[in-house]
Amino acid sequence: MPKSLDFEFSDAASRDDDVIQCEKMHVTMGPSHPSTHGVLRLQLEVDGEIVTKCTPVIGYLHRGDDKLAENMTYNQFVPFTDRLDYLAPICNNVAYALTVERLAGLEVPPRCAALRVLTSELSRMSSHLLGLGVYAMDTGALTVFLTTYTERERIYSLFEELTGQRLSCSYTRIGGVTRDVPEGWLAKVEKACDCVLKALDEMEGLLSRNKIFTDRTQGIGVIKRDFALQYGLTGVNLRCTGVCADIRKDRPYSGYEQYDFDIPVGTVGDCYDRYLLKTEEVRQSVRIVRQVCKTIPDGPIFAEDARKICLPPKNRVLTGMEELIQNFMITTHGPQIPAGEAYFEAENPKGALGFFIHSKGEGHPYRLHVRGPSFVSLSTLPVLVPGHFVTDIPAILGSLDFVQGECDR
Amino acid sequence: MNEKDLALQNELLEKYPYLAVRPGSADHASFDVPADKAVEFARALRDNEGFSSINDVEGCDWGVDASPRFSAIWHVYNYDKHLYVRMNVYAQDNEKPRVPSLCSVWAGCNWHEREAFDLLGIEFEDHPDMRRILMWDEYPYHPLRKDFPLAGIEVPHPDPDTVAQTGVKVLPAPQNGGPFLATGGNTMRKSEPRALDQEWREGNRKPKNNGNNDA
Repeated sequence: MPKSLDFEFSDAASRDDDVIQCEKMHVTMGPSHPSTHGVLRLQLEVDGEIVTKCTPVIGYLHRGDDKLAENMTYNQFVPFTDRLDYLAPICNNVAYALTVERLAGLEVPPRCAALRVLTSELSRMSSHLLGLGVYAMDTGALTVFLTTYTERERIYSLFEELTGQRLSCSYTRIGGVTRDVPEGWLAKVEKACDCVLKALDEMEGLLSRNKIFTDRTQGIGVIKRDFALQYGLTGVNLRCTGVCADIRKDRPYSGYEQYDFDIPVGTVGDCYDRYLLKTEEVRQSVRIVRQVCKTIPDGPIFAEDARKICLPPKNRVLTGMEELIQNFMITTHGPQIPAGEAYFEAENPKGALGFFIHSKGEGHPYRLHVRGPSFVSLSTLPVLVPGHFVTDIPAILGSLDFVQGECDR
Repeated sequence: MNEKDLALQNELLEKYPYLAVRPGSADHASFDVPADKAVEFARALRDNEGFSSINDVEGCDWGVDASPRFSAIWHVYNYDKHLYVRMNVYAQDNEKPRVPSLCSVWAGCNWHEREAFDLLGIEFEDHPDMRRILMWDEYPYHPLRKDFPLAGIEVPHPDPDTVAQTGVKVLPAPQNGGPFLATGGNTMRKSEPRALDQEWREGNRKPKNNGNNDA
């Protein structure tokens, strides 16, 4: 009995001789399919088990965030950024706040910057933990999901304590963050980090050398370097091709240059590489979080000198006339951001989340555009999927780690 | 804009005399590129200047009365220098805005440009697949244009079977007192619809003439 069977599947995909080819079938995958993680529809053309054409259909979750942003003040848009990549809401909040602050030429105090880094990295951990869990579940390993989800839950409880919300945190405001850390919270973060590392070891024990998992991911969905650059892939999807690029290192923001961390880079660019990179990124995030917990400076969490942008402290609003007027003007007319244009990208768990804002000097953006990394990741599917088996699609989708909220905006 | 961006901007300006610095952009090297030179400049950026990655494309509507009214903006990134370049191409025709597509230079422009076409109606010449992407194919409007109301406009439902069975239509969204923005310089009554519309309260449906007919 032969030990393994090798299929020459690349041949079948490239056949265009109608006589030999069996009849092609059209299969619709999604919009509600467990492996599409949201509402993505794939129109597949299959030749037997092999996909010959893949057309993603998106827009099921389109909410018109660009249009909404034009009709509300800068601070009112913060909760909408939560709903972009709803698995790492604070990363989105931070990216958005930094874009507006760049436009306003505003520097936030060091404690605020450190808090932003801390919460972004916790978000990254929780997003990657969920991403890895569902990725493993899609490729047949259900147990891993339970392990990683427990840890994600722990991080969400931390967010709840800090921001009052588990999922849609809306933690930042233009020029600051909403709340300072509660007492004893940093110790809990440190403890959660230990738990995450333990769960990660357990997960790696279950997956890294698991024959079923490696068979389903190694050599599947290989992304080449030039292809990734041509399509503008970012984050893990770019780094798995061997490009060492991380905005946190290359264009440091929010004080990332103070912290010591490494960027894992892949060599093959397949689904397995992306799994390894995400695992390592969680470890690096733990490293950053621990450094922040040790070195977090004291001080204000709001840029208090920005009179036309940040709300004054509530106790002063109730006692001082000037602060009352300031409070009223900012609440009704929005923070006054000077005219200009800014494009800023932040390194999110899914890739680079970009905001383009054109301001005409009012309390609301004239034009705001969100560059969702998931949108870009999904745009590669028509090239990435053909030639693979239908059963490879969940592995490819899981490893690309997209989220529809960000893709459809 | 730091020195690196400024140096890049000056260097590119010298090399490519048809460029003009984009007024109002002060964060990255930004240019207004004439439509007929856009592909040439993009190719030069990719091949000679090392801008290998397309990061973002967006269309912009500069106002109903503005001329040129529409433009498309590309943000490209250089992974060696870690710098962005913003290139803006105005569409000369305000009725049927057209700008060249850069899909032949960066394949990733495909979906981004489709999105700009979908939401703003900017056509990209030589685009391989100029279809709508976020809205459905039969949708008649371009919702990100400045003259399109925030609530939306009533249109037929895209699925004929559903329409035959239920007669459903796509209705404007209930605004619940929005838009949520008080524009500067206006009185409260004018800028805040809630103040204007005394009839409307929580649990009390807004009158129909305010664009809210959620049946």
